[in-house]
Amino acid sequence: MATVTITVNGKKRSAAIEDRTLLVQFLRETAGLTGTHVGCDTSQCGACVVHVDGKAVKSCTMLAAQADGAQVTTIEGLAQDGALHPVQAAFREHHGLQCGFCTPGMIMAAVDMINRYPAGLDEETIRKELDGNICRCTGYHNIVKAIKAASDTMRGMAQAAE
Amino acid sequence: MGAEGIGARVLRKEDRRFITGKGRYTDDMTAPGMGFAAFVRSPHAHAAIKSIDTSAAADMPGVTAVLTGDQLVGDGVGNLICGWMIHSKDGTPMKMGAWRALEAERVRHVGQAVAVVVADTAAQARDAAEAVMVDYEELPAVVDAIDAMKEGAPQLHPEAEGNLIYDWEIGDETATNEAFARAKHVTRMEIFNNRLVPNAMEPRAALAAYDEAEEHYTLWTTSQNPHVARLVLSAFYNIAPEHKLRVIAPDVGGGFGSKIYIYPEEMVCLWASKRTGRPVKWVADRTEAFLTDAHGRDHHTEAEMALDEHNKIIGLRVKTVANLGAYMSLFSSSVPTYLYATLLSGQYDIPAIHCNVKTVYTNTTPVDAYRGAGRPEATYVVERMMETAAREVGMDPAEFRRKNFIRSFPHQTPVIMCYDAGDYEASLDAAMKAADYAGFGTRKAEAAKRGKLRGIGFSSYIEACGIAPSQAVGSLGAGVGLWESAEVRVNPVGTIEVLTGSHSHGQGHETTFAQLIADRFGVPTDSVSIVHGDTDKVQFGMGTYGSRSGAVGMSAVVKALDKVEAKAKKIAAHLMEAAEGDIVIEGGELKVAGTDKSLPFFQVALAAYTAHNLPAGMEPGLKEGAFYDPTNFTFPAGTYVCEVEIDPDTGRTEIVNFVAADDFGKIINPMIVEGQVHGGLTQGIGQALLENASYDESGQLLTASYMDYCMPRADDVPSYKLTTTETLCPGNPLGMKGCGEAGAIGSPPAVINAITNAIGTNEIDMPATPEKVWRAIQAAKMPAAAE
Repeated sequence: MATVTITVNGKKRSAAIEDRTLLVQFLRETAGLTGTHVGCDTSQCGACVVHVDGKAVKSCTMLAAQADGAQVTTIEGLAQDGALHPVQAAFREHHGLQCGFCTPGMIMAAVDMINRYPAGLDEETIRKELDGNICRCTGYHNIVKAIKAASDTMRGMAQAAE
Repeated sequence: MGAEGIGARVLRKEDRRFITGKGRYTDDMTAPGMGFAAFVRSPHAHAAIKSIDTSAAADMPGVTAVLTGDQLVGDGVGNLICGWMIHSKDGTPMKMGAWRALEAERVRHVGQAVAVVVADTAAQARDAAEAVMVDYEELPAVVDAIDAMKEGAPQLHPEAEGNLIYDWEIGDETATNEAFARAKHVTRMEIFNNRLVPNAMEPRAALAAYDEAEEHYTLWTTSQNPHVARLVLSAFYNIAPEHKLRVIAPDVGGGFGSKIYIYPEEMVCLWASKRTGRPVKWVADRTEAFLTDAHGRDHHTEAEMALDEHNKIIGLRVKTVANLGAYMSLFSSSVPTYLYATLLSGQYDIPAIHCNVKTVYTNTTPVDAYRGAGRPEATYVVERMMETAAREVGMDPAEFRRKNFIRSFPHQTPVIMCYDAGDYEASLDAAMKAADYAGFGTRKAEAAKRGKLRGIGFSSYIEACGIAPSQAVGSLGAGVGLWESAEVRVNPVGTIEVLTGSHSHGQGHETTFAQLIADRFGVPTDSVSIVHGDTDKVQFGMGTYGSRSGAVGMSAVVKALDKVEAKAKKIAAHLMEAAEGDIVIEGGELKVAGTDKSLPFFQVALAAYTAHNLPAGMEPGLKEGAFYDPTNFTFPAGTYVCEVEIDPDTGRTEIVNFVAADDFGKIINPMIVEGQVHGGLTQGIGQALLENASYDESGQLLTASYMDYCMPRADDVPSYKLTTTETLCPGNPLGMKGCGEAGAIGSPPAVINAITNAIGTNEIDMPATPEKVWRAIQAAKMPAAAE
């Protein structure tokens, strides 16, 4: 057993956990945030993607103990004061989700992707970058559209802010 | 149609919870005192169980109980069943082998459950499951269906001699033989349809809670049809009477058929909950899903097509062997029979068809309906045969199809189906235009300059959906009716709840069903909520599969709306002192036609509930229910055109263009329909290029994780070009046909036809991996040894 303290969506959470506890288990069971999903156990599907200190991480592949002291953002922490993040809004606007199970991981991966390509994204890059996220419902068509639209929106916002 | 009515691209009402992480899936549920289940599973494909020693596991930390099949049988829990009776051509019933939720004597596939551990945490349950000692005596295994029929093959079930489940036929064999006798050309092919794993992204899960005081169970589970689950658990598996069992399918993360069935694990959780006195949760890991979710397809077919001197098809002869795995899953028997062979006429006027289907047991995971279920198998046979025959007789494949299209409706095929409406030439033309078929030669030449092989392939598919009139399916062996129910409850303040027996696991019912109400009463969809997936709330329903939610589920809603509208008009006419026939509903108001008199919808609703001033003899309230039983299958159809480029040095196929032209009849929400097609196409392309459930000879599943089973990823597929044509289905009130499976049904042959067109040889099977394509290219280059 070890005590870890992780700041999740801006709120500090401390708990004594079994050493083998995965970050995703800490988030779902200890922090009660069930938006982060487990789809495969082998780091392939990406349903569990969260941000650890600002970078996309598959939370089924990281021990909670490794995240001790880290800042973690989950899908629940993305909307601010009830206003959807542009990526969340774009997924709805472009019908980028169906059953919703892969969606939190997709959105968290997409936010990270857009952050890493501040100059914008084309379809080919989006498709290559989505390699670590599997969706069985949408055929990716509308996910790609949503990420492209969100990337354009966020670039516009960034330019307007300058 | 109005901003939110039928035909509008209304954004989904359900999205907000999913994009903010507030979806509620089964694994998100908890119950006080909950324990966790872990299953002990067979590592062998075929073995006798000599003993099971649970003592070490029972002493492990946190363990509540370790339970085995003997206890399950001792408690009277029933065997799993197949609910669709098929008779062999000699009249004998199918041979259903005994399937226990926990096997005590002989395991028949890798991953079959033999014991369950319930413990305080999931990790403790897993640890203890590892400590259960099972002494197996390994037996020889068989994984291939053809091998299983051979003399001397390992035998799975004493009930099924030669592993044969049934030997079934359809069509007129004599007429078909006569057609072949006078044929000018016969095309022959051996066709394999690869085995797939559905892979809904949410693994199956269950949380079962037994309330001792009430003798009542609640089961939260990943189901496409919770009422059917309750019926089967109650009537056949003896878990509890229906009124003592509540099944809730909350948010469900995809199904594709795999969540229709009642599996051992959900039953065992219910039973274990009573046994242990605590709620029991189980969530499959992905490898468990690969090993135990019902697989799809796995057909081996020999097909022959007879043409006359005008290249008109005069006969089709098909022999199929279908692998059903180790046990007969809930609807497995219907898939290679009434959902397959009845579609072998395709879109074509074929006067004589005969099909023989043999299904066999093997030491593999049970096979059942997976998106399309039988119809992809039929389409793959017919459309590969069409393309091949066209090439053999030197006709353009589009023109060969056009020549043989059915052109007048209704059309009775020789294999039961009566097609009610369609315009196959319209979808072919739309697809050819969108694909710029005329420009293909130029593109091929340009690709050749870059050293690439470019090919184009067609698939003109038809499917039968809704499934179907209850009397008809009953006569074909179904153990259930296939109607749907609905209830429309108008609240006193005018908001509306629609209860449906249909179930959404991604299809967007909360939006599209609400659009029906918006269309009818002119009220915003925000004032409507759709209730589904809970046997305590919805009276009964048959659930969602077979592209039936629109054509059957919505038709039930329409019938209930008719009743609500009629009563609302009576009340409005009474209140406004007008004739009932003069009342019209527009923009959320009931108006007297030709006057300025009107009442808002909510006032009529309120009047129905205050009941202060209703027409004489009228009951208070505004709530109506309806059951809708379809009058026929529906027949969505269309043409898909796939264009590929292949690198001859690596064999890698790139889909450079994919066009889908579909006729789904009336479309309620084009945005959602397009999404369904995108997803279906990707699953079909996955089957054609990437996916394969591969067993070694000993029966080990080699592809039991995403490391080994190649799921389509974003850079494996293109963006799609979709178009629709429309002929209305005459059999239901809205003219809907269904759209959920079309993409997966129509796309595989289009992809393979494009590849064979590009590489100039027909000798390739799915999945057309780079290695297989490269080998096919090399084999075609080599001079035939016999020459």
